[in-house]
Amino acid sequence: MKRLLTGNEAAAQGAWEAGAAVGSGYPGTPSTEIMEAFAKMPGVYAEWATNEKVGVDVATGAAYAGKRAFSTMKHVGLNVAADSLFAVAMTGIQAGLVIVSADDPSMHSSQNEQDNRQYARFCRIPCLDPSDSQDAHTFMKVAFDISEQFDTPVLLRMTTRVCHTSSLVEVGAERRSFPPPGRYPRNPSKYCMVPAAARQRHPVIEQRIRDLAEFAETFPQNRLEMRSRSLGIIASGVAYQYAREVFPEASVLKLGLVYPLPPRLIASFASQVDRLIVLEELDPFIEEQVRLMGIRLYEPKGGAPVYPVTKSIFPIEGELDPLVVRHSAIRAGLLPAETEQPAPTPSLTTALPERPPVLCPGCPHRGAFYALSKLKLPINGDIGCYTLGIAPPLNAMETVSCMGAGIAIAHGAAVAGDPERHIAVIGDSTFFHTGMPALVNAAYNRTSIITIIMDNRVTGMTGHQENPGSGKTMQGAVTVEVNIEAVVRALGIDRVRTVDAFDVETIEKTLKEWIKLEGPSVLITREECALLPSARQRWLPLRVLPEKCNGCTICFRIGCPAILKSEQLDPKYQRPLAEIDPKLCTGCEICAQVCPRDAILFRSQLAAATQPDLEVKQ
Amino acid sequence: MNSPVILAGSACLNVVFAGVGGQGTILASDILAEVGSRVGLQVKKAEVHGMSQRGGTVISHVRIGPEVYSPIIARGSADILLGFEKLETLRAISLLRPGRIVISDRYQIPPITVSAGSAAYPADSDIHFALCQVAGQVHWVSGMEIARDLGNIRTANVVLLGALAALLEIPRSVWQEAVEGRVPLKHREINRQAFEAGFKALTVDPALQKPT
Repeated sequence: MKRLLTGNEAAAQGAWEAGAAVGSGYPGTPSTEIMEAFAKMPGVYAEWATNEKVGVDVATGAAYAGKRAFSTMKHVGLNVAADSLFAVAMTGIQAGLVIVSADDPSMHSSQNEQDNRQYARFCRIPCLDPSDSQDAHTFMKVAFDISEQFDTPVLLRMTTRVCHTSSLVEVGAERRSFPPPGRYPRNPSKYCMVPAAARQRHPVIEQRIRDLAEFAETFPQNRLEMRSRSLGIIASGVAYQYAREVFPEASVLKLGLVYPLPPRLIASFASQVDRLIVLEELDPFIEEQVRLMGIRLYEPKGGAPVYPVTKSIFPIEGELDPLVVRHSAIRAGLLPAETEQPAPTPSLTTALPERPPVLCPGCPHRGAFYALSKLKLPINGDIGCYTLGIAPPLNAMETVSCMGAGIAIAHGAAVAGDPERHIAVIGDSTFFHTGMPALVNAAYNRTSIITIIMDNRVTGMTGHQENPGSGKTMQGAVTVEVNIEAVVRALGIDRVRTVDAFDVETIEKTLKEWIKLEGPSVLITREECALLPSARQRWLPLRVLPEKCNGCTICFRIGCPAILKSEQLDPKYQRPLAEIDPKLCTGCEICAQVCPRDAILFRSQLAAATQPDLEVKQ
Repeated sequence: MNSPVILAGSACLNVVFAGVGGQGTILASDILAEVGSRVGLQVKKAEVHGMSQRGGTVISHVRIGPEVYSPIIARGSADILLGFEKLETLRAISLLRPGRIVISDRYQIPPITVSAGSAAYPADSDIHFALCQVAGQVHWVSGMEIARDLGNIRTANVVLLGALAALLEIPRSVWQEAVEGRVPLKHREINRQAFEAGFKALTVDPALQKPT
């Protein structure tokens, strides 16, 4: 049966058909939907782990225990999990283990665009690189088989374009079943990587990669497509699709397994074509290895790349698309210059008003950021919706680097003697992810930083995933709600307070008091995300009283998309009055709190005031 | 009258969907992809949406044909640009192949840069003129208004799909089945009406406007 599936859905389906019993991952764009789809399938255990390292360890634990298992994450998540990945690369497994890394070329929602195929070579494990949803489905199944055949974890490396593109997939209805696993392995020379055992294992994994290179020579997913012999293209991942789109006549060696490569197959392909190129996204991962094999690649017009540049023809930065590939090929002398005129760009489109991502109307992070924007102290941010505190008019963030970094970056500034009081801002899920060890460090080493944990009761940015604080597991079971305040106290921080995230006055007052005090402090601003179904039920649009508003603009400084500049001007100052878009306003009342003229009605005042034609909320 | 885009031969039909998060842009592109697969063709649908949960620019690419490789529609190669919001329609115009078709809702959602007063929303006549610099046909559809009159503004996306269907040689029954498969049972009837209203908007009243 053929179904229209995204790459993520197809990978989940493949894992289910392969008989995967356990999935553990951490949400991260573009990988999130893989585990979400898997969790809904019958007879599986799926969980959101606290972070990617834990996720890989959990999947490893299941694979040691004899059940097929996998872990999912975005590319930078594999950095967090790298220690675990390298460890299991050494031990091997009892049952199949697949690590899915979803890379994000062009950084649609990431801080860098690292090419995680490099990890495979780094820790000597095989890497599969699907080009569409069908591949994602097939490769996931094949990955489990390779894992067991070669006693190795397998890296399934996807990219945004594969994860988030739907195409037709031939799916199976059957799920592979396995006899119950035997007794838990008692095999310390394989599973306890003390130095003596590790020294024995290293030659084993080096031999394993040589065996895999031999396997790659006849692996059916390394596919030779002979057409015209004038140009031969080695391609993998979504770049294969661009190769077919832009060079329909060319012969293509489509590599499903991108590490290790099949040297004889590549040499044979090279000998059958006049010109040989490698078409791949991001790093010259295949290109460098092909050059190391001593195989001559087409030298582009303008010369071969000069070290340290090792990628020729196609860009090393950003996502490819047919136009980028075509223009690169023209520059390299592979295609004749365009005869067709490029599309005209209307002059108006060069200066269109942007629609930047901003904190949503009703976002519980807004109150604290408004207070912070007035304090003007250095703020060390973190990864999540609250990163948007960086946007104008709040401009309340100095650093954002990677998950869980903010607290330690603030601590680092403090121990370096920076005279300003640093404030670290982190969300609930990121706190559980890697914020906790950093806060332990700040507590232990007693620095005077203020940490604000913005607890919106959910993992927000990736689309509302449960987390250890939300009271539910990924598969819907009611569970413990980790009490963040109790955790902070248990770390030895006594100056901790949980406040209503919409209570701007209390937040501001608390921070002003704490910046004068020595030692670590933690403020927890708590309110559920305004987009959660339970919060939506409370939405109630507020209203501006035009007779009271004088256009002072203070309410605009909270950066709420629901507050508009009205056409009406204040008679005295000739300034536009504020107006609230009833389709967007949720009634969080932050604007009403900051208004110095009481011109914005609070929820409790709405009913008493005369009602004009209030639109019904969607 | 408008000549329907012929869905035959070796070429791919490339449709770009552009809108604002929360408008049902992705769902509409899902339905077109479903329609493509129901008529036995290859389909690829790529979502390009950034960081914002809602309120940000949303772009979706749908390609339908006997063979589809790239999931992305390259700049200057879309056959149809289906816009759900005027500014977003204009923002996506460079994806359109010169001389091809724009269908856009007249609806306007001011971005925060405009509502905060730091930028101006372009005038209707300027938007229309700029679109006509690239497009051969520009069809304006009052999708939001039609949907509101039907009683559910969330069906605006299906109104626009109806308008798109008027340009494609695909049986209407296929569209209706695809729409029904994607909406809850209780909303089927209103979505059927929305689809028909959109179809009518383009076939009966082409609303083909000249540049001003």
